[in-house]
Amino acid sequence: MSRLSLANVELAHEIISHYPRKKSALIPLLHVAQEQDGYVSEAAMEHLAELVGITPAEVLGTASFYEMFKFEPQGKYMVNICTNISCQLNGGEELLHHAEETLGIRPGGTTADGLFTLEDVECIAACTEAPCLQVNYRYEYRLGNDDFDRLIADLRSGARSEIPAHGTLGRVRQHIPDDRRAGIEPPEDAGTPSWFSSRSAD
Amino acid sequence: MATNAYVPHAAGYVDNEGVKIVSSRFGYEDSYTFERSLATGGYEALKKALRLPPAELAATVKDAVLLGRGGAGFPAGVKWGFMPPVWPRYLVVNGDESEPGTYKDRLLMERDPHQIIEGCIITCYALGLNTCFLYVRGEMPVAQERIAQALNDAYAAGFVGRNINGTDVSIDVVLHWGAGAYIVGEETALIESLEGNRGMPRLKPPFFPAAKGLYMKPTIVNNVETLANLPWIVTNGAEAYRRFGSEKSPGTRMLAISGHVKRPGVYEVEQGKVTFRDLFYGENYCGGIRDDNDLKMFIPGGGSAPWFFEEQLDLALEASEVGPAGSMLGSGALVVMDHTTDAVRACLRVVRFFARESCGKCTPCREGTSWEEKVLERILEGKGRAEDIDLLLEIGSSISPGNYPVAAHSEDGLAAVPFPPKQTTICPLGPSSVAPITSAIRRFRFEFEAKIPTVPAADVASESPVPAGSGS
Repeated sequence: MSRLSLANVELAHEIISHYPRKKSALIPLLHVAQEQDGYVSEAAMEHLAELVGITPAEVLGTASFYEMFKFEPQGKYMVNICTNISCQLNGGEELLHHAEETLGIRPGGTTADGLFTLEDVECIAACTEAPCLQVNYRYEYRLGNDDFDRLIADLRSGARSEIPAHGTLGRVRQHIPDDRRAGIEPPEDAGTPSWFSSRSAD
Repeated sequence: MATNAYVPHAAGYVDNEGVKIVSSRFGYEDSYTFERSLATGGYEALKKALRLPPAELAATVKDAVLLGRGGAGFPAGVKWGFMPPVWPRYLVVNGDESEPGTYKDRLLMERDPHQIIEGCIITCYALGLNTCFLYVRGEMPVAQERIAQALNDAYAAGFVGRNINGTDVSIDVVLHWGAGAYIVGEETALIESLEGNRGMPRLKPPFFPAAKGLYMKPTIVNNVETLANLPWIVTNGAEAYRRFGSEKSPGTRMLAISGHVKRPGVYEVEQGKVTFRDLFYGENYCGGIRDDNDLKMFIPGGGSAPWFFEEQLDLALEASEVGPAGSMLGSGALVVMDHTTDAVRACLRVVRFFARESCGKCTPCREGTSWEEKVLERILEGKGRAEDIDLLLEIGSSISPGNYPVAAHSEDGLAAVPFPPKQTTICPLGPSSVAPITSAIRRFRFEFEAKIPTVPAADVASESPVPAGSGS
């Protein structure tokens, strides 16, 4: 796919400005790339390497450690079913088997129409609402097989348009206006905050 | 029962009676907004804090005996005292909640982000920290959105950033998102991740974050819930805080109780004041085991905690009671299993988690956890071998040597082995994988044996997947 769009390059520079060292911005920037294309492409990783000042291999080295980053196109909806202990006790594994049969794919697979990618995932912090799943990281709680079928039908018919495309996480971003910024400097240049020295002297 | 509507608000919180220190705003639909925060005393603690000398504030937190709520339970005020007089120094807030069964930091982040931001500024002010990074788990976009909005509002209102509340105090708080890795919840791995690297833990010593953390500078890593307590402590004082909870563990904890109970939920509970029995059976809490079944076992503190049984039901929820009894309260995650639960299957599921999440840095964990998973899988599939049960224990002892923590079993004359386990690894992930194995085999060995077909020893030996002479 592609390098970052002009708008995303601007966003990338803003994100980089939030960190004392550029490389710290790498994971948020990989999310920007994944939001743009639905996955992290090689061209995007090369572009991020330029923006952060490291090699593309270093970008891949970091990206490949993290479960959420995908390196090939995914289904429109990523369905992540939790089978960890609290969900297992309440039918999470049975729900996963039902999903496999319904969608005709195994975890990691994508349906032929490109609509669904299925994953079995580890605990997603909704243990009291087991069994649970996420669609593009948006939660669904206490699902039986019927609920799952209804969810899939709704996703197919477009009735769940509030769920954004795969790769989109928080849709509100932090913006630090220049006149409100305390000052994020490289660690080499930063010292004891003057307010701390003066207030600790008394 | 199930809802097909997208629930933007984290469900599960139960607003029952009792003191509310961190969940006081949870009853409001708009609890996460700046307006609701201000209308209910938000940022008043910050204003008060800025009028105090930083050292006095740090002393207040130390006096409050605020124990870390991330899992290890170390006193925050003591942790704060470990920093050498070196600058810059940083605060990293751990919102990477992913321990199996744990569900409380997401609630705190989604429902009251301003309380956490206020806690961040109070901490930075008390310790003279230059910048704070709020690390939120990647899979939690609603928490990310709410914290981003809260930070934008707080910056605009002058509670974060340059010249906070009109003073000369200037501190930035930066929202950071992860990307899916349990191990990043370990503090040194969290720092590696925040530096843009693979999230692998660092060796301690020398890399204790308080001395050599982010960018090798002094860094405090605190859990979200820990920081959420600070506004209350600053407003009401250490003495008032210590009036709640027990002497050794003051204040409250957010506890997620899941599994086979009638009313699973997240409760804010005074530490040391209730027992496991109260929580599982009490009408104010979970109201009993589903279908009035018998309790088989329960996990008292997340997937990493050794299991407890009926005999431990009357222990108080207090680290100083649970530790000597052979387990831990960990991250406030209680998972209840009734008599219909297959101990081998439950054990495999928890072990599989650690096998999948091992970062691969230390050999005993990288190799050991995947062997544990494979051996358990074949036992569950009815393809186990006679020596597999001892093999599991042997693999476990190569990750965690010596007597592994275990609960007492008076019927069998078994005494408790106190927490924590020993480790041959850099971090506790590998040793945690041994908890379900030791717990299940010590108590339900017959269930493992029942699944293993009895076959001639010669057939078994020829197919053994473990090379001869391996193991510890």
